[in-house]
Amino acid sequence: MHALEKILASHAEKDVVTTGEIIKAKVDLAEVNDLYLQTIYSFYEMGGKKVWDKNKICFVFDHYAPAPTIKTAQIHKEMREFVQKNNLTHHFDINTGVCHQVMHEAGLVYPGMILVATDSHTTTHGAFGAFGTGVGATDMATIMISGELWFRVPEIVEIEINGKLRPGVMAKDVILYILGKLGADACVYKAIEFCGTYIEDLDVAERMVICNMAVEMGAKTAYMVPNQKILDYIKTRTNKEFEIYDTDEDFVFAENFVFDINNLTPQIAVPHSVDNVVSIDQLPEVRIDQAFIGACTGGRLEDIQAAAEILRGQKINPRTRLVIIPASNEVLLNAIKFGFIEDLIKAGATLSTPGCGPCLGAHQGVIAEGENCVTASNRNFPGRMGSTGGSIYLASPATTAASALMGKLTDPRTFLKGENI
Amino acid sequence: MSDIKGKAIVLNMNNVSTDQIFPGQYVNLTDPNEIAEHVLEGADKSFKNRIKTGDILVAGNNFGCGSSREQAVITLKEAGFAAVIANSVGRIWYRNAINLGLPVLICEGFVNQVEEGDEIEVNLKEGIAKNSSKGTIAKGNAISDFVLNIFANGGIKPMMKSKILSK
Repeated sequence: MHALEKILASHAEKDVVTTGEIIKAKVDLAEVNDLYLQTIYSFYEMGGKKVWDKNKICFVFDHYAPAPTIKTAQIHKEMREFVQKNNLTHHFDINTGVCHQVMHEAGLVYPGMILVATDSHTTTHGAFGAFGTGVGATDMATIMISGELWFRVPEIVEIEINGKLRPGVMAKDVILYILGKLGADACVYKAIEFCGTYIEDLDVAERMVICNMAVEMGAKTAYMVPNQKILDYIKTRTNKEFEIYDTDEDFVFAENFVFDINNLTPQIAVPHSVDNVVSIDQLPEVRIDQAFIGACTGGRLEDIQAAAEILRGQKINPRTRLVIIPASNEVLLNAIKFGFIEDLIKAGATLSTPGCGPCLGAHQGVIAEGENCVTASNRNFPGRMGSTGGSIYLASPATTAASALMGKLTDPRTFLKGENI
Repeated sequence: MSDIKGKAIVLNMNNVSTDQIFPGQYVNLTDPNEIAEHVLEGADKSFKNRIKTGDILVAGNNFGCGSSREQAVITLKEAGFAAVIANSVGRIWYRNAINLGLPVLICEGFVNQVEEGDEIEVNLKEGIAKNSSKGTIAKGNAISDFVLNIFANGGIKPMMKSKILSK
């Protein structure tokens, strides 16, 4: 069996699971974000009284933090009341950050666990060797009542990534490149294991970027064997004991893909699909009205650092807005401590408080009809970040920063100072 | 479950995302009637006016990819669709559809055999889609008894409710 199958089997109290089988598995952590007041309504509709385990369910207010409208303020109010009524141990209000950042910062994510959240980007937690997957409100209400959920044991695809990135090229470029090659429906309802020499030595933040965007290929979950960097990180966050499952030597993947990234250039997903990917040097001049660095894909300290290193001592193009939203308060504090926020604000950036921001078109910098936006976030579907008449270009934080500086899509390698990006 | 019959509404596009089925600017809505008002607005603003209760949506590859928002199922159901037939569908959207009792048949290539307004019949158990207007039949994925049982009960909510009551 694969490590992911062993995780499912152990949570279903079975010795063996097979592809296609439908099992009922116990959930270790369930997370509900603030788009999902419906979860509470469904919970009561189904006859729920109290949540199954107050330590294993948390709410994160990130999509509307802080509340931009009266309606969303009401959502927060009703959700807070539910948190208090059920005396939930872990609660992340508007003063914390994006769910896929604050949960592991709080020590709630570890290898071998099943983490289910009302958010499609829950594949992110594969970076930690966890089985993370997204669901809707009704599934979540079922978990809140019973602590269990039905799963179809997925086919597992292996994506091997070998090599070393050149300066100015980031993990985001790697996953965009793969998306472009395989397509947005390459792994629908399948799991992906990322492996190869590039992944083996990869840092925590970059591993998260790759797993985060696995869902853009349709994946149910993503997985990476936890490396020493991940284990060291988890140790600083929790004393919890966990098991790392090994994939059996005789396990056969449903499909295998191999990529070499030694000569990879910065990549861009052009409107209006995540798999519409080209190398930046293939594009004609594209005017940029807004640049966004943030969200669960591109709002970590490393992302903000990459932007600061390009923009330090510079001024962004006067026709372009640059919105910076750190993924969490911890990221924000560190970005202040290291001087990145000062660099960015002096360069003309607009700073907003931690949360999902304009990534899903809710607030904090949505785009107007006819505007072009380059973004370190994850989706460029029509209307994703505001007007359906806007155009979204997905890129790395470095490309996003370089583009804000020049007011047009720009190769960040133009601004390399040494080899520190 | 008996066959589902209805007139086809065709959306022959690939990767129609939940952002197109139900745009992000409305995700704070919880009233099903209000949610239905914005059905497929991100793909085609005129869509709402084409749908009559009982119609069947026939779509392309990877329909419903993207976010986990359940309104992307509620909006189709409340707008009147009796079922969805697609070449392939996004995973979370599919789970949400099952849970909320919106029948979905995955049937590769069916969208190319259908014109708007054709009479369609769907047999979920056998995984068969029939175009009565054209006299064609297509075989899709048969649905497991587990999932069929959820559809037959009108979704997971009534099932959970009766389970809790029986305890």
